[in-house]
Amino acid sequence: MTATKSWLRERSELGICALLVVLGVLVLTDALRIPTDFAQRGPVGPKAVPILVGSLLLLVAALLARDVLRGGRGEAEAGEDVDLSAPADWRTVLLLCGAFLANAALIGVVGFPISGAILFWGAAYALGSRAYVRDPLIAAGLSILTFVIFNNLLGVPLPGGPLMEVF
Amino acid sequence: MEQLLDGFATALTPTHLLLAAIGVLLGTAIGVLPGIGPAMAVALLLPVTYGMEPTGAFIMFAGIYYGGMFGGSTTSILLNTPGESAAVVAAFEGNPMARKGRGAQALAAAAIGHFTGGIIGTLLIVLLAPFVAKHAVDIGAPDLFAIMVLAFIAVTSVLGSSRIRGVASLLIGLTLGLVGLDEMTGQQRLTFGSLHLADGIDIVVVAVALFAVGEALWVAAHLRRKPFEPIPVGRPWLSRADLKRTWKPWLRGPAIGFPFGAIPAGGAEIPTFLSYVTEKRLSKHKDEFGKGAIEGVAGPESTASASAAGTLVTMLTLGLPTTATAAVMLAAFQQYGIQPGPLLFQRESGLVWALIASLFIGLTLLLVLNLPLAPLWAKLLRIPRPYLYAGILFFASVGAYAVNADIFDLLLMFVIGLLGFGMRRYGLPVLPAIIGVILGPAAEQQMRRSLQLSDGSLTGLVNSPMAVIVYIVVLVIVFFPLIRKFLPKPTPPAAPTPEREKVDA
Repeated sequence: MTATKSWLRERSELGICALLVVLGVLVLTDALRIPTDFAQRGPVGPKAVPILVGSLLLLVAALLARDVLRGGRGEAEAGEDVDLSAPADWRTVLLLCGAFLANAALIGVVGFPISGAILFWGAAYALGSRAYVRDPLIAAGLSILTFVIFNNLLGVPLPGGPLMEVF
Repeated sequence: MEQLLDGFATALTPTHLLLAAIGVLLGTAIGVLPGIGPAMAVALLLPVTYGMEPTGAFIMFAGIYYGGMFGGSTTSILLNTPGESAAVVAAFEGNPMARKGRGAQALAAAAIGHFTGGIIGTLLIVLLAPFVAKHAVDIGAPDLFAIMVLAFIAVTSVLGSSRIRGVASLLIGLTLGLVGLDEMTGQQRLTFGSLHLADGIDIVVVAVALFAVGEALWVAAHLRRKPFEPIPVGRPWLSRADLKRTWKPWLRGPAIGFPFGAIPAGGAEIPTFLSYVTEKRLSKHKDEFGKGAIEGVAGPESTASASAAGTLVTMLTLGLPTTATAAVMLAAFQQYGIQPGPLLFQRESGLVWALIASLFIGLTLLLVLNLPLAPLWAKLLRIPRPYLYAGILFFASVGAYAVNADIFDLLLMFVIGLLGFGMRRYGLPVLPAIIGVILGPAAEQQMRRSLQLSDGSLTGLVNSPMAVIVYIVVLVIVFFPLIRKFLPKPTPPAAPTPEREKVDA
């Protein structure tokens, strides 16, 4: 059992192949459903390119799987703040996703100044910042400043929410 | 010439001058921040311009573009860990210089190199772009389709270590580009009945998601607990001896950078490296290379800036982005309903020449502002990482939401951001996906138009000399691994089919 697990862990890139297969099937089934008997202009209809892309997705998935099984590995991207020697820190990633989705869920309800501040503070907390006074202050300041600059100066409307209706 | 003067007249109004200055400062500041390259800088700053008229917006973008590139090399020199490919070479000699206490000279060589390369590159735009645009008006649908195929092939083959992963990334991009109504027949494709998807996925959302959200999540998973210490630096200056060593590399850079920027070969990565090798070969101080030779900063930096100018020629005249930054700028044009391409110089002549004039102004501002501000930029490298990446997610959300004021776009960005995370984890390059999203729909239109003209016969795709030449180039690139096998020592043909992925893996 553990042998299978470590075999899969070693070849987790097969997940990308699975993703490509799912995408390919999705594109192909969607393409086949497009009715072509009417409204078609020219010899090539709206189906052709999706069918090509879908088939290529399946082909590339197979080739990539072959590459992975033969020992090929994609090179993880390096960067200034990236330490590839450490294992992936999933807790941080999940907390970040939470902060991001909280903004999406709240922006329509409480408005951007509040939901943006929650996003910034939440993300900073997720990434290990623990200044319980400074962090929320920066978050609130940045969020309100951004709102004012975009909404009032640049003419890009953002939802103000109940907080901004007070003013 | 007259048009260029008109362009200067437009760009030199106080508002536009201010926008150019803001663009340069914002671009440099954001480009200096670790982990943010010029493409992400432009993508994150897109929403700032939503409320502006196009001319002002593009004048600002020009500043952001050059500012972002210069910012990237500052990071390279002072931190030795370049975040984006164009600045990799700057670290070779720049960082040893900084460690020897010559950081100020390295930054000066880089700044003046960017200025020289950019000015020469922009002069070449002035000379070449109208000429290319004039001739490009005559090229037909089959030629355009061939050029786009070349862009697809080049972007997956030239960059990265693995072709098959590049192709996978391109196909993901093409798939995202299919979503929405088919432009010719109005049929829904991959919309799954959703009204949000019927208009297609906004390119800004895709770009911000792949560059900013994907990057933030990826870095978060592997955040270096103790960030690198940047090397403190004073005000940049050059001594007479330094100047004597740098003026030739500055002038040589554009010769290498400009042509490479104009072709779809991945932007500044290859030419900066070529420039480095050239300077090493030509230098009288070969022994200093690797230990901080100033020529090794001056040449590549000038090259990088000139290649950015070359990129603009292709983008403005053919509507073809050759780098990630150009791809994002193309998205910005489309946001305003302006389609870069051969007709741009006729239809939007005022805008184009104002943009070109503002490139000169932006470069001058870059030099004037950045030399005294360098110590300040160096301080930005100390920004606490939690704030940096929280800020990236914050502004990414502002940008995605502001496109359509629709929460759906935030969720879409989240999903594509996760995709970007996975792509970074498994070495799928991001650039082919972006090119696929942007060029995919255009390529499909051109192909269908060509086949319409030829009544469905496939010969319609190859009935012009230009298309044939482009396809020959495509074939050479595709079969290059096979050809290379025969080049150094002739071996008997082993396999009739090219086993590309094996060679690359």
